Order: sequence, then structure tokens, then C-alpha cells
Amino acid sequence: MEIIMSILAGVLFTTGVYNLLQKQLLRIIIGTALISHGAHLFILTMGELKRGAPPILDYSIDQYTDPLPQALILTSIVISFGVTSLLLVLAYRASKENGTDNMDKLRGNEND
Amino acid sequence: MLFAVFLPALLAIFIPYFSKWKEKIHTGYFVLLAPLAIFIYFVSFVGNDFEPVSQNYEWIPSLNIGFDFYLDGLSLLFVLLISGIGSLVAFYSIFYLHTSERLDQFYVYLLLFMTAMFGVVLSDNVFVLYSFWELTSISSFLLIGYWNYKERSRYGALKSMLITVFGGLSMLGGFILLSIITETTSIQEMIGQVDIILGHDYFGLILGFILLGAFTKSAQFPFHIWLPDAMEAPTPVSAYLHSATMVKAGIFLVARFTPIFSESEWFFVFVSGIGILTLIWGSYMAVRQTDLKGILAFSTISQLGMIMAMLGFGTSTAIFAAVFHILNHATFKGSLFMVAGIVDHESGTRDIRKLGGLATLMPISATLAFFGTFSMAGVPLPFLNGFYSKEMFFDASIKLESSSLMIAELLRTAIPYLAVFGSIFTFVYSMYLVFGTFMGQKKLDQLPKKPHEAPIGMLIPPIILVVGVIIIGILPEAFNSSLIAHAAESIYGQPIEKHIQYWHGLKAPLFMSLAVVVIGALLAFARKSWSGIYSFLPGKLSFNKAYDFIVDQLEKTSAKITNSYMNGSLRRYMIYILTAILICTFTFIGLTGGFNWDASNLSEITIHEVLIALAMATAAIATIFTNNKIGSILILGVVGYGLALLFVIYRAPDLALTQLVVETITVALFLLCFYHLPNLRERTDSIVEKSTNIIISVGFGLLMTVVAISAHSTKLFETISGYFIETSHDIGGGDNVVNVILVDMRGLDTMFEIVVLGIAALAIYGMIKLRNKKGAK
Repeated sequence: MEIIMSILAGVLFTTGVYNLLQKQLLRIIIGTALISHGAHLFILTMGELKRGAPPILDYSIDQYTDPLPQALILTSIVISFGVTSLLLVLAYRASKENGTDNMDKLRGNEND
Repeated sequence: MLFAVFLPALLAIFIPYFSKWKEKIHTGYFVLLAPLAIFIYFVSFVGNDFEPVSQNYEWIPSLNIGFDFYLDGLSLLFVLLISGIGSLVAFYSIFYLHTSERLDQFYVYLLLFMTAMFGVVLSDNVFVLYSFWELTSISSFLLIGYWNYKERSRYGALKSMLITVFGGLSMLGGFILLSIITETTSIQEMIGQVDIILGHDYFGLILGFILLGAFTKSAQFPFHIWLPDAMEAPTPVSAYLHSATMVKAGIFLVARFTPIFSESEWFFVFVSGIGILTLIWGSYMAVRQTDLKGILAFSTISQLGMIMAMLGFGTSTAIFAAVFHILNHATFKGSLFMVAGIVDHESGTRDIRKLGGLATLMPISATLAFFGTFSMAGVPLPFLNGFYSKEMFFDASIKLESSSLMIAELLRTAIPYLAVFGSIFTFVYSMYLVFGTFMGQKKLDQLPKKPHEAPIGMLIPPIILVVGVIIIGILPEAFNSSLIAHAAESIYGQPIEKHIQYWHGLKAPLFMSLAVVVIGALLAFARKSWSGIYSFLPGKLSFNKAYDFIVDQLEKTSAKITNSYMNGSLRRYMIYILTAILICTFTFIGLTGGFNWDASNLSEITIHEVLIALAMATAAIATIFTNNKIGSILILGVVGYGLALLFVIYRAPDLALTQLVVETITVALFLLCFYHLPNLRERTDSIVEKSTNIIISVGFGLLMTVVAISAHSTKLFETISGYFIETSHDIGGGDNVVNVILVDMRGLDTMFEIVVLGIAALAIYGMIKLRNKKGAK
């Protein structure tokens, strides 16, 4: 299963990077969201899948899944949520102020 | 000695206060004290039984860098020149510069330069020598650009800076190599290890680097081009820096390292070859100039070439003559610059085509100029010092030792002829200079001012120098054993017994001198009839054009290169970053055999996971193809909820919970913004853009998959999570291990993650609420 999950993470990265290379702001944000999904899946897969019960202690169980990657992912989810929401508002303001959301046209002034 | 070196710099600190304090008194009078005191101090060392003095002061002892001053004959000669001519120049500048100029700046730069020159000639430590060397470049840069409102001044200052700093840096390279080889930073100790240096593989590099530094500083061919442009400086600066002191720093460097390098035949080839070439080119080009200071600049170049050539010869006669000529050149060239400054000051122009017949109007200046130029030309009169050193130069050029190196042998036979050839042109421009300015027809209507004799204060310094010319001319022996012999000894390594005399007998040098005078007089007389030669050589060829071309092309090419990759498109930069990651990682995996495949430790595959994975993959791919705004947001939601489902399956309840909530909020946010965001457009990418995107993104996905699989197949050690599970209840006091990790075991992560959320919230608030009105900044 780890192999399939690795491939799925690869697909998420591929589509994420492809969106990142687009010229429209919204697509770029979708790209970053996809990449963070891919990264979360990647971390989870690295910690071995399905090797026991959920990491909530119970005296009848002695085999749990690895809790550390889960803690890391939990932190990461929150951070990427913060960044995504910031990016969304930034995109909204940028396209409002500049009248375009085309990255090719957002290049600053000659004299900046 | 430390105090003597730093006295000018110390005084420079107080100069601005002096000039503000006593505005009516010319600041130059305060300045005059420093070089005069130093001159008197060093004169006390002069004597027949002079012995080298060495004094050490610590600076950076751990790196073996300290102010190790070493005063031998060579340093003493230079120190006397610097302080002596420095006093005269300071005196001259009092009358040359009006009090309305920015005098405090001028004298601060001049005093800094003095300290730097003292440091260069007295330092025994190569790195301290280098520090002072660069300080001369910087202060010279400031002095050349003194009238910084003139475009030509700025151009000249920049040019001299670029060329001399280029040479200085290469010299530093040579010094570093030298100190690595010899494991010392002291020049005198290096001289003790000549055998090691000569036999070392790096010797060629060291020789090249150090000579490059010396040639650029001393304006040797083809680095001479900065000197004529440096004539935009005020005349006292030209007289001081560009005839007597700074341009001799390169000469000093070569002389200082002669005991190390002179064994090598390449030293002879380079130093005397370049020196002779500079002598000829400088004197040839000097005839062509129309500006008085331009003539003197090329004349300085040519005289420096002559000294350099004599140092290259390396015989005892040649070195003695070189040292003697350093002294002579400083006296007559300094006086000539001052006279040129007087002519400029009193008539308003330096253009020799507009000048003429000034001898009757300015008799004293004219007399001074006659002595200076005749001495420079080497006219055989018994009261002119230039003749003696020129005679010795011819003598040395004949008596060169034969060599085993082909090119050295070739040079040896050619040098006497080339020396005579160069000297003929020296004679021509000297005559042109003095007769063109002071003889012939008066052209008063072309002059901006009505010329008259200069004030006495301005005349005193050149008079002193010309008196020096005559004293050395009449009593050369007086300077021999007390000063020159010691200087020559410290270059040659052993005492040189030479007698300076006017009459050598009917020998080759005398005939060479006579030939120079006769042919030179003829050529000078008929100058107009052969001056057409300059349209063939150099014609359109010019080193200035080459320099301009190089500087211009460097700027243009670097602008072109930078513009070619910094085009402002974020997509382009993303491509650079991703390509670099791809190349580095794949190369590394390929080189180290990093890809592993181990299928023994995999969990089982179940059908619903595969279905979820398929759904997620399809949704992810669909984000690329949809052009519908709301569609793309919902598809992204599918991926997020799919991930949440996977978290459920992979026994991560907290993750699943968070992911569900966050995904919901994110989708909601997207939908909130959705109304304001512009619609997704059809892509207008070209095929090339599209294919690069595909290649890079597929490559990156592949990379992550490969890394994931090989990392999973390579478990080097056990996970540390056993500890968390064991101690979660006992130490952490909780049964939910993930939560205990988050708030207890790794609580800092959580704290800063909260900070991140807070900052994001504040930033969002700020972006929405705070906005400037259009145009307001």
C-alpha cells in the first residue's frame, strides 16, 4: 500500500506543480493547496501505514501506529491553512488593485 | 617611525577644524608642518655609515600581521622624496588653490595619501604593505576627482581606480602565495628564502601577479592609459602623485623584490622588455600631445619605463643608475609640473598650440622650464642631473649579461638601439615642450588671460627643485655615498662602488648621447614635416578605446545576461528553482545509487483505499483541465476530503477531524473569495510553455515518488515513537498520544503554529482594512 500512496503523493505533487506554473493567481493557489496535500500524505506514508491501532492508549492493545508523523502533519495542516487563506486574500487584493490576475502582467515597474 | 608614518593621517583628522576655525588663514600652512617635520626627521638618518633600522609594532599578532617598519637605503630615498616633495607641493598648493575651493577636503586627501605612501615604502610586512598600497589608490582616486563637477575628472578618477585596484588585487594574490610558500609575512625574511621561492611551482604565478601590480601602479605599457586622464587633477596633485611619488610605488615594489626575483631570467625579460616598450611608446606619444600636462604625463610614463628597464637589467651599473634616476626624475619632473601649473594659472590655458613666446613675459618660469626640460632630455651639460643618469642608462644597456634564454638574448642585443631610439623622442618632446611654450611668436589674443609672472610663493617650490637639479648636477658625488649607494645596495644585495662623473672618455655611451642630441634636434626642428606619421601609428588604434570598449562591453554584457534570466516572471523563477532541484537530486541519486526497492515491509492493499486514491488522483488531475471557477474549487475539495478519508483508514482520528474541518473552512473561504476573484480563463499557453510545464511537473512528481519509495525501503533505525507511547500516560498524563505530543512533548511547535495563525489573521485583517487612496504613498 505504501507504494500506491507514494505514487498518489507523486500525482498530487505533479498536478500541484503544474498548477503552480500557471499564470493565473487562483490556479497558483490551487497548486499550493495540492502540494500541501501531497506533502501531508508523504509524511504519513513515511511513518509506515496500518501497523496497529490508533494512538489512543488502551490497556488491551500493545501495537499502535506511529503517533509522531501525525503530530507533525497536524501542525502542518494548520500552518498551510493559514498560508492558504492569506494567499487567497492577497490574490483578491492584488487582482483588485492591479486590475489583472495574470502573473505575466504583474512584473513591477521598470524603475522599482 | 610609527608616529612619522601616521602623523599626516593624524593631522588630517584636525584639518576640517583648522579650516573652520581660522578661515582667513590658508589651510595649507597647517598642512605644511607635517611633511616638513618628517623630512627633517628622516634627513637625520642620512650619512655614509647608514645602517638599516627596523621597528616592530603589533597589529594582528595571531595572523603575523604587524606594523613592521624597515628603513633601509631604498626606503630612506623614497621617504625623503615623499616628505621633501610633499612639503614643496603643500607650499605650492597654498598659492595655487584659492581659499574659495574646498580646501579642507583637498588637504585631508593629500595627508591621507602621504601616510599611505610612507606606509608603502616603510612596511616590511607584505599585508600591511598591501593595505597602504590600496590606501594610495583610494586617496589618489579622491584627489583626481577633486573637481568632481567636471565630467572628465570623474572619468579619469574612475579609470585610474579600476586599473590600479585591478593590479593591486593581483599583487595581493602574489603576496598570499609568497607568504604561504615561505611561511612568513616579512619581506626581509622572504629574501632569506630565495632558493625556496625560485624553485617552487608557484614561482611563475607569484612573479606574474606581483609584476602586474607594479606595472599597473607605475603606468607601464599597456596600463599607462590611466595616467594621462589623471591629469584632470589639480596641478599640485599631478606634480606630487603622478610624477614623484605614487607612480614610483610600482618601481619601489619591483626594486624591493629584486633580490628575490632577479635570479630568474623571465624577470629580466618582462621588466626590461615592458620597461623599454613603455619608454619608447611614452616618448613617442608625448610628441603628439597638445596639452602641457598631457606631454608631461606621457613623459612620466616614458621615464618610468626607463627606470623599470634599468631595474630589469639587474647589473650593478643599471641598478645604481635606476636609483639615481629616481631621484633625478622626481626633481626635474616635479618642477616641470609646477611650471606647467604656473603657465596654466597665469595664462588660463594649457594648450600648447595657443601658447608661445612667454619667455619675455614670464622670465623666471621660462628659466626654470629650460633647466627642467634640458635635464629631462639628457643634454650633455655638466650642471644637469638628467645627463648623468641617461649616460649611465646607455652604459648599462650595453653591458648586459648574456643569457641562456633565447628571448632574453634577443632582447639583450636589441636594447641599446631601442634605448637610443626612445631617448631621441624624449629629446624631441622636451624641446617641443619648452620652445613651444616659451619661444616663438606671442599669441596673446588667443589666451583667456593676460599672462604675467607668477607670485613669488608659487615660484619658490620649483626654484628649490631646479636648484636641486643643479646641485646634483654639479656635485653628484655628494649624494652618492650618503644616499644613492645605500639605496642601490639594498636592491642589489651587496655594496656597489660607483663614481658619478661627467666625462667618461670617448666611449660608446657618449656617442649614443651625441647621436640622441643631433638626431633629436633635427627631428624637433622638422617636427611638422613628419608628424603625419601619427595618423599611421597609432592612427585609429588606441588603448583608451580598448579600455572604453572593455568597460562598455562589460556593462552591456552583464546587463544583457542579467536581463536574460531576471525577466520578472515568477513562473520563470519557479522553473529555475524546480529544475535545479530536479537536476541536483536526480544526479545525486544516480551517482550514489540511492534508489532502493524493498517490498518486504508493506501493508496490505485493500480495495477501498485504492478507490479513494483513484478518486483523489482523478480529482487532482481534473483541476488542471477545468476552466470553471467553482468547479475547480469543488474538485480541490474532493482531494481534501479524500485525504481526510485516508487519514481515517490509516488510524489517525485527530488528523481526519482536523482535515475535515480545515478543508471545509478552506472551501468556504474559496467560495467567499470566489465572488471577487476573476474567472478562470482558457489557457493561452504556447506549446513550448505547456511542454516545459508538463516535463517539470511530471519530473517533480516522479522525484517525490522515487524518494518516498526509496526512503520507505531504507529504514536505517527504529522509530522513536515507542518512547512517546510508553510515557504518554505516565509522564504526559494523557492517553491520546498525538495530543500529548502536541501540547506537552513538542509544545513549542504548537505555540508557534498558533503564532502563525495569529499573524495570518492579522495580515488578512490588515490587507482588507488598510488601504491607501490611489496616489497616496
